[in-house]
Amino acid sequence: MVELKGLIIDNPEAGIFRVHRSAMTSPEILQMEQERVFNKCWLYLCHESEVENPGDYRRRNVAGRPLFFVRGSDGKLRVFLNTCTHRGALICRRDQGNADVLQCFYHAWTFNNQGELIGVPDQAGYGKSFNRGEMGLKSPPRVDNYRGFVFISFNPDVEDLVTYLADARDYIDLVVDQAEEGMRIISGSNRYFVKANWKLLVENSLDGYHVKPTHKTYFEYVTSLGVKTGAVQTAFSRPARVLGNGHAVEEHDGVRGRPIARWSPLFGEENKEEIARIRARLVEKFGEQRTHLMADISRNLLVYPNLMIIDSIDITVRVFWPITPELMEVTAWQLAPKEEKGELLARRLDNFLTFHGPGGFATPDDVEAIESCQAGYKAEGVEWSELSRGMHREAIAEDELQLRAFWRQWYGYMSGLGKVETRDPAVGERSSVAS
Amino acid sequence: MPEASLGGKIDGVPNLREAVEDFLYQEAALLDEWRLDEWLKLFTVDARYVVPTTDLPEGDPKKDLVFIDDDIVRLRARVERLKSRHGHREFPWSRTRRFITNVRIKQLEEDNIFVTSSFLVYRFRMGDTNPYVGWYEHRLKQVDGELKIRHKRSVLDMEALRDHGAVSIIL
Repeated sequence: MVELKGLIIDNPEAGIFRVHRSAMTSPEILQMEQERVFNKCWLYLCHESEVENPGDYRRRNVAGRPLFFVRGSDGKLRVFLNTCTHRGALICRRDQGNADVLQCFYHAWTFNNQGELIGVPDQAGYGKSFNRGEMGLKSPPRVDNYRGFVFISFNPDVEDLVTYLADARDYIDLVVDQAEEGMRIISGSNRYFVKANWKLLVENSLDGYHVKPTHKTYFEYVTSLGVKTGAVQTAFSRPARVLGNGHAVEEHDGVRGRPIARWSPLFGEENKEEIARIRARLVEKFGEQRTHLMADISRNLLVYPNLMIIDSIDITVRVFWPITPELMEVTAWQLAPKEEKGELLARRLDNFLTFHGPGGFATPDDVEAIESCQAGYKAEGVEWSELSRGMHREAIAEDELQLRAFWRQWYGYMSGLGKVETRDPAVGERSSVAS
Repeated sequence: MPEASLGGKIDGVPNLREAVEDFLYQEAALLDEWRLDEWLKLFTVDARYVVPTTDLPEGDPKKDLVFIDDDIVRLRARVERLKSRHGHREFPWSRTRRFITNVRIKQLEEDNIFVTSSFLVYRFRMGDTNPYVGWYEHRLKQVDGELKIRHKRSVLDMEALRDHGAVSIIL
């Protein structure tokens, strides 16, 4: 049995926050995470736009479990465990498609796209106790949708999704409200594996501190395009925000333009009017202040435990799952307003490619950084990772408060305490470390 | 337009098939030897270099998400990044070895030569072995007596970047 106590040292009075590195290397801890985090929380599955038409389906693994989701002929999106109720074979064996019925190839049991068992060859071979109505495809215990983002939970007693999302809701709203006709996932996904513990990508995705040193070549590139990147020096000075329940956000000032709705010279004069029109629409609907938040401020939002919505020069949706303590699978998609077409959509996708993705000018270096951490842990002699940055002050985006919030809630779930306070105590209560 | 016959002819290139194969092997050698500035000179100024995602090999960069869609400006920047000690995924550089086979001249259209080939690119670094497997589509063009790349598309056959983590080298 793993001794959880002692994995995290959280001492605000002394200004110390440390995580024991076995949290990133131990198979026993991963096993506990499976039971106490991934089997307990709400988990991101998909965006509803991924199955737009009746019969559209896609398969996807969540926390190592094979699932698929399908829009039934009745228009309703359902999620099923991808296993035949007969003897277990995978029902959905293509990554995506469209079907009225799904047939298990093993014994040809047939299910409609609403999960009902509608065909069993030679059903007379079963006795009276065989009830076809009870043998439909099974769903995860809980499925819910918040503004297009579909979550599932393997925990039947989990709180409702809106309560779970806590203040992360406001940040999802800031994304979804940018669209006039709703959001959609763009076709084409980034699927890559990283030889590091999954929690290191949580840390990396929320970490404003690494951006300037790690991504030097990115800033050199955009500077060469004529973008004034001087502002990046102070871009990460905004207050750090934690959102309850382990959710957190790293907000910073955008130094580049974005299709919604901040024009910059890279968009070209020909798109200036269109972007101004979108901005005016937002101001009319949401007012100046909220439009400023939507269009000028970038944010990396963690929906606990492993969904990132990165709303900056593009909108990246990224989810990642542990395979072993030292290996994770990452999938990333691009989210765009349904009405966005042509040149603005092309600019958005181009923005993504400059920074994000396995071929971008920044993401490969993030992969390298966290794989490097994982490799460094093998040295063993240094037992603790240090995450106290900003603990002595009102933390800003390039401090490590967001990371501490994640870890505090991780400890809450792992130790059975449930929801815990994830903020640093007020500065006044940390008198011994002030200044 | 029908597929060009083996060893098809184009004005000014007497032995086209041989010239195309030599060109592809030379490109591979420049990349394996990290002679990236020389490699860049193989491209026309209006060139494009595209790598689609593994789940959408037919991806169109204008409306689909791809891994890479470089014009000559970004291609030059990519090379600068690969030469920088701050391009961390490739500093120090990986060792690579490219195998190109199944070269087919698919089509001749005005001054464009459409060529497809199969590739296997091995990347070795930090104890890892990452094979990239797929096929190339090169659109070549004769400029001042030399073949140049107008469009290069590297399509991966793998289901995901399982061992690779990134497309940090040029494919």
